[in-house]
Amino acid sequence: MELDKPLLELKQIVKRYHLDAGDVLALDHINLQIMPREMFAITGPSGSGKSTLMNILGCLDVADEGEYILDGEDVSELQGDELSVIRNRKIGFVFQSFNLLPRLSALENVEMPLLYAGIRNARGAATEALETVGLAERMHHEPAQLSGGQRQRVAIARAIVTNPAIILADEPTGNLDSRVGRDILNLFHDLNRQGRTIVMVTHDSNVAKHCAREARIRDGRVTDVLDHPPIGTQDVADIQPPLAAAG
Amino acid sequence: MLFWTTIKLALRSLMSNKLRSILTMLGMIIGVAAVIAMLALGNGAKASIMKWVSQMGKNTITVFPHNPRIAPVLNGAAEPLTIGDARALLSIPGVKYVSPVVTTSMPVKWSNYHTYCSIIGCASTYILIHDFRVQSGQMFNYFDVRDMASVAVIGPETATRLFGSQNPLGHTITIGTVRFKIIGVLVPKGRHGWFDPDNQVLLPYTTAMTKLMGRQISLNHIDLQVQHASDLSPVQEKIQTILRIRHSLLAGDTDDFWISNQLQVIKMADRIGGAFTIFLGSVAGISLLVGGIGIMNIMLVTVTERTREIGIRKAIGARQRDILRQFLIESVLVSLLGGFIGVGVGVIASHYVKFRNFTGIVEPHMIVLALSISAGIGIFFGYYPARRAARLNPIEALRYE
Ligand SMILES: Nc1ncnc2c1ncn2[C@@H]1O[C@H](COP(=O)(O)OP(=O)(O)O)[C@@H](O)[C@H]1O
Ligand SMILES: [Mg+2]
Repeated sequence: MELDKPLLELKQIVKRYHLDAGDVLALDHINLQIMPREMFAITGPSGSGKSTLMNILGCLDVADEGEYILDGEDVSELQGDELSVIRNRKIGFVFQSFNLLPRLSALENVEMPLLYAGIRNARGAATEALETVGLAERMHHEPAQLSGGQRQRVAIARAIVTNPAIILADEPTGNLDSRVGRDILNLFHDLNRQGRTIVMVTHDSNVAKHCAREARIRDGRVTDVLDHPPIGTQDVADIQPPLAAAG
Repeated sequence: MLFWTTIKLALRSLMSNKLRSILTMLGMIIGVAAVIAMLALGNGAKASIMKWVSQMGKNTITVFPHNPRIAPVLNGAAEPLTIGDARALLSIPGVKYVSPVVTTSMPVKWSNYHTYCSIIGCASTYILIHDFRVQSGQMFNYFDVRDMASVAVIGPETATRLFGSQNPLGHTITIGTVRFKIIGVLVPKGRHGWFDPDNQVLLPYTTAMTKLMGRQISLNHIDLQVQHASDLSPVQEKIQTILRIRHSLLAGDTDDFWISNQLQVIKMADRIGGAFTIFLGSVAGISLLVGGIGIMNIMLVTVTERTREIGIRKAIGARQRDILRQFLIESVLVSLLGGFIGVGVGVIASHYVKFRNFTGIVEPHMIVLALSISAGIGIFFGYYPARRAARLNPIEALRYE
């Protein structure tokens, strides 16, 4: 990873939805660069195109026009299983509704991306990821036996276990109360400090302030890109002791 | 690793919905149990016929006279089988024993006891040809036959019916109006359906033909035993040649007699058993088909219910083949589990259900076959739902509530 080159670059991205009533231009020539080790927010009102953009950034969908370079690789023309492989290797998802697999323990949930990557012994790495998010003692619990905050920690462990190029978080605190939400944001800060690139989609300006940069979109266009002053590290340390650097 | 996790997960989802799993498996259980039971019964029927055939003597040939009810149209007049015909067969190389046979059914009486049984008039070699043994007394001999002695050898069942636990040897029984002295009792063989070799009376054929049957000259059949199984066909051909000459048949004439050998009977038993198996097997096949459709139905429901799970798996890197494999493993697991239970039920059923005079015989290859069929059904009927799951669009799947 070269630190002075963008890790993620969108050039003239266009996405349309075809409806009976006519086409919807969901993304209208989006240009965006996200640098390595950044903590980046994408904000905008409902219907502005955040989810559509998130799907394209996460390689769940491809754009109709434009170019998307992810970690030095042009992924604009990939499809089907090729996209699955890119998602598995380069992207870690954190969803608003956690999206853990029911009936699997926390540990088994975190192992899953490694198993899909064809790694035979996933236990060690999965345990380590759960230690990083502070859930080592609960790793044999199933999602139904965990609180919302704990579930989101498992989801974060699952997102980091493959050492992806970026972590994509879609409203990660949206289903949590404010105190637990703050814990999760602090966890993201810690991960970012350990060198991970994080992109967060949110409509909450307080969440966006945690990120060094924020892109605002409206009607499928980027209207502003703002820089935020760093938030005091003291606050983070008060809530949770600093973590050991992750491998 | 992924494989074992998938199996573990599949088992957990089966366990979390026990009633539904059992109902789904029910079709498979019934189908597989039916397959096992049917194959076992077909096998048992065949074995039972084979046992009977081999019990009635090894390497035997039977010659029947022309029966107008079987083949009514003949070029010439049909000649009966005679004692002369039987004697002529003795000279064929490879022939071990020959016995003329006349049969009838008559009331048999001793003291105040009556029974009704088969009367067999035969030569002294009859018990050698058909592998009967004498448990007490002895078989009549050549001189008894020559002298038309009024002696009888009776089956063990006949002995019990007339004499209870008394020793029948030396007593005189009355057949029709003729009196016979009992000189031997046979060892039991066990009855086969309507045919009971243990309830019959053996008499010298000469005595039977003259005293019981009003000077009958026609035999009911001629029984032969050959030295080796390889003699069956050549001897059979030779019999045909000799009898055609003796009956003055011309080149274009059809035989006025009919020869059957034991190999043909065994082949026929095999065919009957095979037809039985195929018929009952296809009945079982239909229940398997129904079971398979049940699995497909439940898998389609499962895929729909777990759409979101499929979306999550795709988001974290599952490829189409990973999802396909997961759902195939689940459907095969359901069908195999049903198959295992079905095998158990089928084995127990074919062991305890007695069908006429035989029980089913289960062989290992049937179990292997039944389990392979179960797995095959899981793959066949699970494929379509699994493919549907594999092809889901991840974004739409993730949005599914
Ligand atoms: N699957 C879809 N089919 C049709 N139109 C869609 C679809 N998804 C989003 N849109 C439309 O695209 C625009 C952007 O939507 P979205 O990306 O969901 O915005 P946001 O997440 O910011 O609310 C909206 O006008 C929305 O109605
Ligand atoms: Mg949205």
